[in-house]
Amino acid sequence: MSAVAQLMAEPAAALPVRRAAVAREWRLASWTVRASALCLTLFYLLAAASPFFAPYDDTYQNRAMPDCPPMRLHVCAPADWAHGFFYTHPMRMVDPLERDYAPDPARRTYVHLLSRGHLFTTDSPKDPFYLMGSDSLGRDLFSRIVYGSRVSMLVGLIGVAISFSLGITIGALSGYMGGLVDNLIMRWSEIEMSLPSFYFLLALAAIIPAGMSTVETFFMIIAIMSFIGWAGLARIIRGMAASVRSRPYVEAARALGSSRFRIITRHVIPSVLGYAIVAATLSIPGFILGESALSLLGLGIQEPAASWGNLLAQAEDVQSLARYPWILIPGVFIFLTVMSFNFLGDHLRDRLDPSNAQ
Amino acid sequence: MGRFLIRRLINMIPLIIGITFLSFLVMSLVPGNFLSTLKLNPRISPQVIKQMEAQFGLDQPLWVRYLKWLWAVLHLNLGISLAYRVNVTALIGSRAINTIILSGCAMLFSWVIAIPIGIVVAVNQNSIWDRVLSFLAFFGMSVPNFFLAFLMMWVALQTGWFPIGGSYSVDYSTLDFWSRIADRINHLILPVFVLGTAGMAGLMRLMRSQILEIKNADFVRTARAKGLSERVVIYKHVLRNALNPFVTMAGYSLGDLLGGAALVEAVMNLQGLGLLLLDAVRQLDIYLVMGSVLVGTVLLLAGNLLADLALVAVDPRVDFSSVAEQ
Repeated sequence: MSAVAQLMAEPAAALPVRRAAVAREWRLASWTVRASALCLTLFYLLAAASPFFAPYDDTYQNRAMPDCPPMRLHVCAPADWAHGFFYTHPMRMVDPLERDYAPDPARRTYVHLLSRGHLFTTDSPKDPFYLMGSDSLGRDLFSRIVYGSRVSMLVGLIGVAISFSLGITIGALSGYMGGLVDNLIMRWSEIEMSLPSFYFLLALAAIIPAGMSTVETFFMIIAIMSFIGWAGLARIIRGMAASVRSRPYVEAARALGSSRFRIITRHVIPSVLGYAIVAATLSIPGFILGESALSLLGLGIQEPAASWGNLLAQAEDVQSLARYPWILIPGVFIFLTVMSFNFLGDHLRDRLDPSNAQ
Repeated sequence: MGRFLIRRLINMIPLIIGITFLSFLVMSLVPGNFLSTLKLNPRISPQVIKQMEAQFGLDQPLWVRYLKWLWAVLHLNLGISLAYRVNVTALIGSRAINTIILSGCAMLFSWVIAIPIGIVVAVNQNSIWDRVLSFLAFFGMSVPNFFLAFLMMWVALQTGWFPIGGSYSVDYSTLDFWSRIADRINHLILPVFVLGTAGMAGLMRLMRSQILEIKNADFVRTARAKGLSERVVIYKHVLRNALNPFVTMAGYSLGDLLGGAALVEAVMNLQGLGLLLLDAVRQLDIYLVMGSVLVGTVLLLAGNLLADLALVAVDPRVDFSSVAEQ
């Protein structure tokens, strides 16, 4: 049995064994895979505890400081530690028209760690510390990225959960049943796979009514993408299920009088699960990118709610892009997430491939 | 071959009907329609709205509208764009050509770069080049198209070497023929680079794994045993067999290419099919959406069909009956 399937099949009582298995997996992984795992853990932490990691409220607008560049963090001299360990020089708007800022070396804004329920923050959002700059409405970009991670990190997980339950169930059913059911399901999946998927995604996004809340929009996007995404997996699972169908152990189960439902859930689905996990990991980026693209184009998550995609929308304005290049930082987060999932998926595939079993 | 072609073309009919009906259904689920904004305008009387509804057939049930649209499509008439008030066919035609040029160039670009690199990397497996380039491939695979497009726009802004978005310069209409071509090419460089990079990494990895797989096959060992030089073995025996899945991939990567092109078009403001569709979706211009989806689908299906034909031409082990089975 494959390593991951083994991990999943173990009962909770075998915790030490499982811990040893995790340690072994960690040893076997290359540095890229370890870095990816750490990166994703960090991003999921950001999503889980956004109010803690974000120094300010994601919708707080500091109208005095729009499009402010990222600020530098300085370490205080030991004599100053009564005020705080870190400080920054507040930015002063030099040219309101061009929105040019310059640090004011005479003044200091202290950055406090673990203060007022935040990992780091300043005394007041009116004297902010902008780690990654601010947007055109004077909102802290880093805080918005942290809050936006909730959308971007969750969309992959929920989307994959839905499209894979659909794909595995339909695929296994189709492959095991054969005949008319198989034929109908496969013709339908062919239609879905021949769609120019992004075009269709755009067309589908038009259904989302303008007045929907962020959470509703979020689930609408997931529903739309899952609707497009299950077909590819269903076809592959179907092929595998069809080959499992004539294996001796399935025939034995049938001879023992197992019901179709039991055979599908106890024999067919577990045998294709290893492959499905790899495919799931590799398809998460698709969901993240889909949501980002839709939100970027203004068809997904709407302002004032943040997602990594709609944060990039400001860059569509060429003047903003030229003057305030830090608005591209959310794209780096998308990139890191996608790359991490790609590295992990690739590694899982190698580990699950029986030809290089350890 | 004739029978194969006819069979495939007939198979396409239910597919196209299914897809267009699905899109039609989706568009009818959209709350409001193109006229809803006009209805809010106090200067337009309800009578005029009624008249327009009748004119565009918006007062009829869904299936009647669909059948009417389908009947018109059979006469190569994709309907009237509600927003632009021009024939959809003409509007889409010029945009589709731009998208085809962009996707085609991007594909060519990624193949020309990815295949040689894939060969070099596979032949020198586990060398430093293999490691570096395989790592870079992950990098290239993971950069979102739209993010790379933004980065390139930023580069264009900083260096001034490339035009900042758009399909052609402002003075395009005053240029002579050759300057026009040069202008178009100049505007294509960055989008082609962005779109090509996305596909390149995947192609390189595929080429690498293909060659590694074939490198140890019996017929390669035979070729070596005959005393052929490594060059001949790689180029005549390994490479020819490794190219096979690329032909299939070319057809099936078209969908990604069209989707990627749509995003690049939107970010870089290129006058392509994707941007047209995006505008149409924003304005709920139903016939324009339908037309774009239809043309996109036909492009995709035609690409897949061409890929299958090419596969038969390239690989003597594949014939039409086996392609048709797939």
